[in-house]
Amino acid sequence: MHTEPNTADMAGYFSKGFGPIFVTLVLLTCIGALIFFLHQNVVSRSAETLAFAEMYAGADSLGITLSEKLVYLKGKRVRMTGFMAPPLKPTLSFFVLTDIPMSICPFCSSDADWPSDIVVVKLAEPVTAIPFDRPIWVEGTLEVGSEMDEETGFVSLVRIRADAVGKEDE
Amino acid sequence: MSNRGLFHCRNKLAAFAWMVTLLVVAGTLFAAEPVILPINKAKFLIGQHFDFVVESRNGAVDSLDVTVDGIPAEQYFGKPGEFKTVDDISSFRINQVQFTSPGTVTVAATAKQGASDATSQVTYTVTDEKIAQPARNVILFIGDGMGLPVRDMARILSKGIVEGKYNDILEMEKLPNTAIITTSGYDALVTDSANSASAYATGHKSVVNAMGVYESSDKDPLDHPKVENLAEIAIRKRGMSVGLVTTSNITDATPAAMIAHTRRRAEQNFIAQDMLNPAHMPDVILGGGSRHFLPMDIPGSKRTDNRNLIEEFKAKGFSFAGNRTEMNAAAGEKILGLFHLDNMNVYLDREVIKNPKTLGSFTDQPTLMEMTEKAIEILSQNPNGFFLMVEGACVDKQLHTMDWQRSVYDAIELDQAVGVGRRFAARNSDTLILVTADHSHGASITGTYHERDGKTGRHGVRTYANSIFPTFVDEDSDGFPDNPDAEVTLAVQYASHPDYNADYRLKPVPVVPAIKDGDKVVANPQTSGDAMVGNLPYSETQEVHSADSVPLNAGGPGEEYFRGVMDNTEVFFGMVRALGLDGSKQ
Repeated sequence: MHTEPNTADMAGYFSKGFGPIFVTLVLLTCIGALIFFLHQNVVSRSAETLAFAEMYAGADSLGITLSEKLVYLKGKRVRMTGFMAPPLKPTLSFFVLTDIPMSICPFCSSDADWPSDIVVVKLAEPVTAIPFDRPIWVEGTLEVGSEMDEETGFVSLVRIRADAVGKEDE
Repeated sequence: MSNRGLFHCRNKLAAFAWMVTLLVVAGTLFAAEPVILPINKAKFLIGQHFDFVVESRNGAVDSLDVTVDGIPAEQYFGKPGEFKTVDDISSFRINQVQFTSPGTVTVAATAKQGASDATSQVTYTVTDEKIAQPARNVILFIGDGMGLPVRDMARILSKGIVEGKYNDILEMEKLPNTAIITTSGYDALVTDSANSASAYATGHKSVVNAMGVYESSDKDPLDHPKVENLAEIAIRKRGMSVGLVTTSNITDATPAAMIAHTRRRAEQNFIAQDMLNPAHMPDVILGGGSRHFLPMDIPGSKRTDNRNLIEEFKAKGFSFAGNRTEMNAAAGEKILGLFHLDNMNVYLDREVIKNPKTLGSFTDQPTLMEMTEKAIEILSQNPNGFFLMVEGACVDKQLHTMDWQRSVYDAIELDQAVGVGRRFAARNSDTLILVTADHSHGASITGTYHERDGKTGRHGVRTYANSIFPTFVDEDSDGFPDNPDAEVTLAVQYASHPDYNADYRLKPVPVVPAIKDGDKVVANPQTSGDAMVGNLPYSETQEVHSADSVPLNAGGPGEEYFRGVMDNTEVFFGMVRALGLDGSKQ
């Protein structure tokens, strides 16, 4: 009749060897929930894919016209695929994502300059293990509007405040 | 033993410490030979303004005593100088001085530190040479990187060759006088476009990435000692008009060097705003690169401030054209035409392939011929004459990416712009026309290429007797082959290159040959062909300039100056001689 847990029974339950199985089950459930949570909330929570060709509606000598999609996605989570251009120095916490692989390192070379269709990827920590010759993906919050990097004087129009970066072919 | 050993060791340490101390003290006690700028053997046009600088670069000194032809410099130039020491470098500087009589000038500078002194000496030449019946106008055409092999490629594609004889020669080759121009700057054997264009503009050599300046120790790239350029002398002395026309960013090295003074060519935002400086403000500015003229808030701008230079030029009386249609409709005495945010597209992409992916929204860009025509139309209104520089910029840019077809179509475009100039000169015999390059590339025709027998890649390269004539056809007689990728095409091979894939065929869109991969440079994975192992250090990701001399053609008043082998600075002296210009007060 009593509904209180019978500690003696529980002790017996554990002592019979079910303890490790129970703990493992709980741990697995927690890990599963964590993965689900991360997946939903960090890696691809409503991340919309944005292609380089979709950024601008057009351009003339008086400036670039932003596309409706780019303007709509401002402040939202996006995922973009491209190539990482070599950074000025490994300690920089941003790099430039380009549509095609870059031959030049405009940071390093005084006579080079960037094309218009680039995206600056801001990172919490410098990234070093990303290849320059293979496509990568970047996810994070889209920023749109001119901004100058104080350290390098680099002016950017489109940026992603990234929390996840990976190789496209893995 | 151990004590003696330790003692011995201490003695050695002490001796070393004493030596270091003595060397340091000696360094501060003894003066080293100072550096004099302009450098030894510099040549000046009489009255040409320049900043005179002497620097002690090996430690501060008590004084720098400078004489010109034995007279104290301040007295000789009639201006006070400034002696200062910054970061252990002592310098003496007098700005905006000039030589007022022709001949040789000897400058001696003595650095004094305590009881020691060290002296340097340089010798200059000052010229006032001018022709009896001067030219009114000079048009300087520069094919950037357009060495002799590129002219041969252009002649083959544009004019055709039958049984070893060309059907015609290029417009530029019809000018009567030819010279060979050496290209080195004073710092290094191989030049860049800023340095070499600066030699043409000022008559003085400079260093890689610099224009209109000698290189001093100054940290501010805009404060290095300046030398006056042809545009400034032409405006100051004769009220002439000045025009800059190019297919690159108008603030890129070659057009920029015609007017600007900076140690760093990368200062393109400054160069754009400096075009408003009345000392060298061009009347005609046509090219690409509006991103350096738009305020930073406008998407596509590369400025770091909110100056709208297009509006500032309009306020100075310029009409603005953003495309070919607007340019052709423009009238007036001044024009700013910017036809792309960045470099303009190359002729092959603009006028032949017209791939929307390459051109984007920029489908109405003028040709170099049209820009040259408009520039001459506007500039020739000035009865005092004009100096016009027209650049085929992407001859060079496309050789860097090892895309000879795109390069050569732009060389043909420049040649047809020369034709526009020649037709003007035929009606106006007081116009000197010069056509040259600023440096060369190691790109040569080694044969022809075809796949008729199924051989491809290196096996499709036909050498010697197998190099049958190419099959380019120009049905519409516009001077450009109808198909840039003829069945039998040229085999163009490169002396310098990174790792890349060679396929000898036209690439449908411009691509780079190689990319950075960590510390290495690898072939662009988006290309295919024979894998070629690079022969350049990993600091270079593209084909590089060569030290080869370049041809120059001249026609018009003063053409006789251009013959034989000439230093690149002589191009300036040939132009001012033809114009009868000097910088001195009348």
